[in-house]
Amino acid sequence: MDIEKVDQIIDKHNGEPSNLLQIMLDIQKENNWLSKQALARVSEKLSVPLTRIQHIATFYKAFSLVPKGRHKVHICVGTACHVRGATRILDTVEDATGIKPGETDLDLKFSLETVNCLGCCALGPVMEVDGKVHGKMSPVKTAQALKTYE
Amino acid sequence: MGDIKFEIDGKTVTADPGMTVLEAAQKEGIYIPTLCHHEKLEPFGGCRLCIVEVEDRGWTKYVVSCVFPAAKDIIVRTRSEKVDRLRKTIIELLMAHAPDAPDLVTLAKEYNADPNRYERSASFCIHCGLCVRYCAEVAGKNAIGFVDRGINKEISFVPDIAAQVCNDCKECFPLCPTSYLQAAFVYTQALSFPDAAKTEQSAGK
Ligand code: SF4
Ligand code: FES
Ligand code: FES
Repeated sequence: MDIEKVDQIIDKHNGEPSNLLQIMLDIQKENNWLSKQALARVSEKLSVPLTRIQHIATFYKAFSLVPKGRHKVHICVGTACHVRGATRILDTVEDATGIKPGETDLDLKFSLETVNCLGCCALGPVMEVDGKVHGKMSPVKTAQALKTYE
Repeated sequence: MGDIKFEIDGKTVTADPGMTVLEAAQKEGIYIPTLCHHEKLEPFGGCRLCIVEVEDRGWTKYVVSCVFPAAKDIIVRTRSEKVDRLRKTIIELLMAHAPDAPDLVTLAKEYNADPNRYERSASFCIHCGLCVRYCAEVAGKNAIGFVDRGINKEISFVPDIAAQVCNDCKECFPLCPTSYLQAAFVYTQALSFPDAAKTEQSAGK
């Protein structure tokens, strides 16, 4: 992410230190992660110490300090999905992408995360990709669904 | 000035508005154990050791004296059976991190605390925040901060800043009740600016 883009986001929020969280969220959304350069820029422009930004960036799960893939795959391992075979879905995704939860593949295509209940247990086991819910998954359906992402 | 009157351990004391119970006690020479308190720093309420019993209009409650504002007519007891029991557990919990911290060892003797009551934690930082707060509030350098949260909370130097300022400051080092801060610094230095460590060694510092 180039510095101009970071500056634009900061300007959009009037460079207000009280908008720090929103600025960080915007950068995360735009770039999928928070790079050291971007955070250093935010710190400098807002006059907020880097230690504080670092604390916030590590406090909330919404932020990532390492690059994330283009597609975010969330496998629900909540109770309902678990008893309906979430482990097999997770295994399928791990096999197809070669990554484990918390990881991102080398092509930056997929990032994998597990979640504990997406709030639609009746559809379990559930896989969510970029916010789109894939319900009643089987290993075969899962592998097919992943193939549709570029 | 001194217009709040209340009682600590049977003694009538006075406090100015905005003063905490701990400050009032210290002014009168009444001892309350503390770990995360530092007169130059904002109250933090992190270690919970300074817990006391407060009786307010007939209600008894347990509060952390370093952040609890002094109030008219309250009755404070710095020791009681329950306070001692609470403190003992707090010491035991802290000792799961830092069993060898001198302050804790002394307190453990006084309160009969068992250092091995809880399972040992890998990190010996007790999250008193003295280093972080001193760096931000007094030194104004912001070279060290907290990261993560809950049981994963840790202190962490910002390597780029630490490389520039820490070797000439190190004012926070003696504040750490455990030796975690020094360890974290050596670790950061070895990873991020090893050259400075080498020069220091050859200079025999
Ligand atoms: S490193 Fe030491 S001073 Fe800093 S928070 Fe941990 S125990 Fe406290
Ligand atoms: S447990 Fe998976 S959606 Fe509720
Ligand atoms: S001294 Fe009050 S909580 Fe640590």
